[in-house]
Amino acid sequence: MSFAALLALEDGRVFRGRGVGTPAERAGEVVFNTGLTGYQEIFSDPSYTGQIVVLTYPQIGNYGVNDEDRESLKPCLEGLVVREFSPIASNRRSQQPADEYLSEAGVPIIDGIDTRALVRHLREHGAMRGVISSLDLDPDSLIQKARTIPNMAGRDLASAVSTKERYEWTDPVPASSPSEHITTAEEKFHVVAYDFGIKHNILRQLRGIGARTTVVPAGTSAADVLSLKPDGVFVSNGPGDPEPLQAQAKNIQGVIGRVPVFGICLGHQVLALASGAKTFKLKFGHHGCNHPVRNELTGKVEITSQNHGFAVDPDSLPSAEIELTHINLNDQTLEGFRSRKDPMFCVQYHPEAAPGPHDSAYLFQEFRELMEGQR
Amino acid sequence: MPKRTDIHKIMIIGSGPIVIGQACEFDYSGTQACKALRDEGYEVVLVNSNPATIMTDPELAEQTYVEPLTVEYLREIIEKERPDALLSTVGGQTGLNASLALADAGILEKFGVEMIGANRDAINKAEDRQQFKAAMTKIGLDTPKSLLVTDLEAGLEFSDEIGYPTILRPSFTLGGSGGGIAYNREEMVELLRIALEISPVHEVLVEESVLGWKEYEMEVLRDVADNCIIICSIENFDPMGVHTGDSITVAPAQTLTDREYQFMRDASLACLREIGVDTGGSNVQFAIDPKTGRQIIIEMNPRVSRSSALASKATGFPIAKIAAKLAVGMRLDEIANDITKKTPACFEPSIDYVVVKVPKWQFEKFPGAEPVLGIQMKSIGEVMAIGSTFKHALWKAIRSLETGRKPGTDVFDPDLVRSRLITPTPERLSYLRYALAQGMTVEEAHDLTKIDPWFLEQLREAIDFQGTLGDDTLETVSDENLRQAKRYGFSDDRLSRLWGVTEAAVREKRKEAGINAVYKRVDTCAAEFESFTPYLYSVYEDECEAEPTERKKVMILGSGPNRIGQGIEFDYCCCHASYALQEMDYESIMVNCNPETVSTDYDTADRLYFEPLTLENVLNIVETEKPDGVIVQFGGQTPLNLSLPLKANGVPIVGTDPESIDLAEDRDRFGRLMEQLDIPQPPGGMATSVEGALEVAQDLGYPVLVRPSYVLGGRAMVICYSAAMIESYMREAVAYSSQDRPILIDRYLENATEVDVDALCDGEDVLIAGIMEHIEEAGIHSGDSSCVLPAMTIGEEQLQTIRDYTVKAAKALNVVGLMNVQYAISADGKVYVIEVNPRASRTVPYVSKATGFPVAKIAVQLMMGRKLADMPELPKGILVPHKVCVKSPVFPFNKFPGVDPILGPEMRSTGEVMGVGETFGEAFSKAQLSAGNPLPDDGALFMSIGAEQKDEAVEIAKKFAAMGFELFGTRGTAERMRAAGLDAKVVFKVNEGRPNVVDLIKDGKVSLIINTPAGASAFEDERAIRRAAAAQVIPCISMLTAGRAAADGIAAKRDQAIQVMSLQELHQG
Repeated sequence: MSFAALLALEDGRVFRGRGVGTPAERAGEVVFNTGLTGYQEIFSDPSYTGQIVVLTYPQIGNYGVNDEDRESLKPCLEGLVVREFSPIASNRRSQQPADEYLSEAGVPIIDGIDTRALVRHLREHGAMRGVISSLDLDPDSLIQKARTIPNMAGRDLASAVSTKERYEWTDPVPASSPSEHITTAEEKFHVVAYDFGIKHNILRQLRGIGARTTVVPAGTSAADVLSLKPDGVFVSNGPGDPEPLQAQAKNIQGVIGRVPVFGICLGHQVLALASGAKTFKLKFGHHGCNHPVRNELTGKVEITSQNHGFAVDPDSLPSAEIELTHINLNDQTLEGFRSRKDPMFCVQYHPEAAPGPHDSAYLFQEFRELMEGQR
Repeated sequence: MPKRTDIHKIMIIGSGPIVIGQACEFDYSGTQACKALRDEGYEVVLVNSNPATIMTDPELAEQTYVEPLTVEYLREIIEKERPDALLSTVGGQTGLNASLALADAGILEKFGVEMIGANRDAINKAEDRQQFKAAMTKIGLDTPKSLLVTDLEAGLEFSDEIGYPTILRPSFTLGGSGGGIAYNREEMVELLRIALEISPVHEVLVEESVLGWKEYEMEVLRDVADNCIIICSIENFDPMGVHTGDSITVAPAQTLTDREYQFMRDASLACLREIGVDTGGSNVQFAIDPKTGRQIIIEMNPRVSRSSALASKATGFPIAKIAAKLAVGMRLDEIANDITKKTPACFEPSIDYVVVKVPKWQFEKFPGAEPVLGIQMKSIGEVMAIGSTFKHALWKAIRSLETGRKPGTDVFDPDLVRSRLITPTPERLSYLRYALAQGMTVEEAHDLTKIDPWFLEQLREAIDFQGTLGDDTLETVSDENLRQAKRYGFSDDRLSRLWGVTEAAVREKRKEAGINAVYKRVDTCAAEFESFTPYLYSVYEDECEAEPTERKKVMILGSGPNRIGQGIEFDYCCCHASYALQEMDYESIMVNCNPETVSTDYDTADRLYFEPLTLENVLNIVETEKPDGVIVQFGGQTPLNLSLPLKANGVPIVGTDPESIDLAEDRDRFGRLMEQLDIPQPPGGMATSVEGALEVAQDLGYPVLVRPSYVLGGRAMVICYSAAMIESYMREAVAYSSQDRPILIDRYLENATEVDVDALCDGEDVLIAGIMEHIEEAGIHSGDSSCVLPAMTIGEEQLQTIRDYTVKAAKALNVVGLMNVQYAISADGKVYVIEVNPRASRTVPYVSKATGFPVAKIAVQLMMGRKLADMPELPKGILVPHKVCVKSPVFPFNKFPGVDPILGPEMRSTGEVMGVGETFGEAFSKAQLSAGNPLPDDGALFMSIGAEQKDEAVEIAKKFAAMGFELFGTRGTAERMRAAGLDAKVVFKVNEGRPNVVDLIKDGKVSLIINTPAGASAFEDERAIRRAAAAQVIPCISMLTAGRAAADGIAAKRDQAIQVMSLQELHQG
């Protein structure tokens, strides 16, 4: 069953397509992701909260969705824009058609769009607000709606998606094939993770290096965290602008230097704020699985998974205390830094992948080594 | 790490002649490597025996050797050139094997040549199945259960244990030659015996069957700093069991979750590291059990491959070019991405379209071969299409194949459906569409084919939609449905047949509705960054990115998929057209759909449209680009077939007028023109029925040459010696014939010498580029005949006649550009014209390499209005090669067991080689060596010669006798030899009794055959002799000219050291 659907952008551009799944209307910041695989992980990544995602790869839904590849409990994005959504799911691991998975969460899908034209528009004019609807097919009305939702800049979405209750995580990464051998170290460490919208694969990777993780709400104080006697503290990824997270940054300041700290994505930005730096909004962000990042310590290049609309201004970091460790080779933006004196490091990209290449998994090992060194 | 400064001169070994499994893709990779290394300031020494390649253009290397790719010759070149390094990885399996052989022989070490790209250990580890399996097991990767055997018993024991079907893979063979699937014990005995034989090391891997599993390939690059990237993943539409070269393949992978894909990526990188490919590209193949998810690694190629060429074209990431730079120590992050300019080559391409490759088979050329696809590659060529979705790309690819069949006109046998789906054949996709249209479910189709349901569902959707459209008419169809049809990939032609209207009517309706093709760019990054390279494909979406320029521009129509008779030679011409246009400051626009080629490298033309060569697609491009001219005479028959309709649509064709091209193909009008010009043709006639054909043949007298009109490569051409042969031919051929496409019947000139002429004409003056003398008997297709430049035995009088006729014909046809003429000189010295083709021919690159003049480029200058008189650098009248150059064909018979390896008027060779020498003998000997039929140093000669040539034959026999050859002859021939005092033994002809000459050949008692047949019974004898000779790999010569050359060549081989000469030296004279 397909029905008419529209995508309207705040600058007045309108794309006509077909709706897939259950008719709905949702608004958000429209961003594009260039990954060739891993739509389920994208759907369920809390960092996409508040965003409508355009997938540049045209065939989506081909392999359905499954329980193992979820990055959170439910789809987090506001809407999905694709060229062609598959009517069937063909994969041994599939447990549900992908459109059903999104429809259950009320997430609209629009297909049949010239997604490349849309992406080029976003590339030229920057990520912008938009509405997908198959309930209201009046373009002008939708354009107005797009203009009324809040801008991404300045929004604290992380606090909203953070867990309300503390919880424990001990599940490792499951093998995707009987031929795959995944090593899971013996449980030896306790990590406390600040949840700004944490992806489950981070927790699985932490289990892989031998850590049991206690996930705590974004606003947890340093004292409360330290009282849990962690071997290390993790600062998670998450949606929205890092700028409003000053209080959370302050909390984390109290942890740095006490135990090893590792941050990813929004966590990297919050650690930058904690170090006194500034962040800024990128024109259309980095969302994909193919970004080259050079590790400045080794000179090696990693192909990385990325998903961020904001970045840290490297010039605002205190160079006496902070060493820049990772640089994006496409646009020279900062991708990672570490403290010169404390056991603290972080990266802007996603070493836990899901989706994306596993080149950067070594960072979890480095976290383990830091924790081991502190014992 | 900057590039190495300790090496300066690098040798590259090409892949030799085009054969099944090794085609233009290695011209593409070798050409890219040459260009990349020279851009970095290195000197390049190139060796390749194939003159039809762009890579052997003298401008592409400091020194270019068209010489045999054997250790002896390569050693000689190394000793002469003293390269610092040898790049082993861009010349296919042939280049890799040759490099390895040089290393094994200690030659690289002796001359201080370093192997770069992949080293010897890595090659051995990847190629040796046992070592490979051990290495993969060591790093924890799953492999099929297997055992390497060197004898039958061990193989049988193991296959009994793992169960049937069982896969056989002989070690070190090309394109899976000699491999097979044994479904039972009996078949196992038969196949294993052959496989053991074919493997040069007599070693075969007996392996657990993974038939029906999902099949994937990963294209990987690694630099010296261990940075590794995946360029592309490829998923095969046809599951395991069909060679990947024979599979429809899709990029990127469609049905893998990220977890599965990343597991495969991790495995690919681990494999590369373990095998030890320090720098460069590799291809890793995997199979996944769709039920359990078990993922096994099948093999890896430590070099660039057919798939890497496909991946390069599919993503816009030039693998061979980058691999060459990595081989000299550069790092991926030091190399810029050509397309975005601002980002580095160290990334993984993302694509926002779907790419489908479909192979092209030509089983019809090999009667007797079972058209079944298996683990040994059989396809001759391939097409690629880029579409907005899988459906769109698949239908575009099917259109690109030029099957000659009109869409929707296939006839299916409902009783065969199940078997056609179960057993993979070239027809499987057609039957699949038919079955789905008849209501077969996706589940059932999957059960029969094992093709992934996702692909089948795509087919079903398109077929269902076609059903919906069928309820409409051109008048009633909604704009929305029409747009959807175009987005699904339906051609105007297809729709016109559905609605019973003309293609033009559909086009018009579409345009009225504003439904036009737009063009998107292949940019490596899914539009994340701006693209500076106009590499375009059509879609029916909203936004067009073609951005045509305001420059003066000319469009070149390419030659489409490789096929017998239309291959790399035409791609060479198209590339040269682009180079010539650029030199003349025109913008060049290439249109082609063959991913193997140099022409579809985005570096070759200013703008590249990767599109099917159909009227609809070409007109759409013309409307977007508005070119000042379109070149149709360089791409073989494909663009010629479009030339009249294009002209009718107002498209400006440059060069010879399409009407002239048409005239030359029109038997009647051409015949009248030749009469007017007083140029004799062999007597002939036309027929559209069996009765008509018999009548014509009767009038002409047997033997006659019979062929359909409008074909290239001698498709379905035979010599008929009797009415019965005519009848059987016509029964098959009537399907092809019609009033406007009749069957042509000519008197066949026995014992004639055939001659090919290439000429340039500006409409006023003519320059003959080459008069090539065939050194096979007349009646063997010119593409299958060895030939020599300059002509060796043709008298001055005949040469003058040929020159005169050529000039007259060129002027009469108003040729502007290239023309090819075929002549036959009868035994009594009369010159007949067989055919005139006012277009580029297969021999253009050979003539260019032999003479040192870029014939195709000159032709383009003429087409753009320059005159021969304004080109003082050119000789007047005729180009003369400085040395002797022999071109010899290469045949694919080893891929088609059971096929009669005899030659005839139907072309069957896939490729060619060239031998260059001071003498005819030396050049012939080299060409034979390169073609894989080396002349013997000693042994026994068998001769069977017609009466009128026996004196000449005796002279040749004397030369062989002097070299210690034992002599055998048929009765008449042996008697004449004896009469001349030679010790010759008599052997029975085949029809005389036994033991006869064939028994002698089969016993291995003969090392060379000279057999010049005449007449129907000799014709039968000849077939039997050819067949036996081919089986025993014994050179079989059918012209005394070649016999003498062989004698001289053998003498030269025995008496003098090997000589090598670069084209640069050759052209200096």
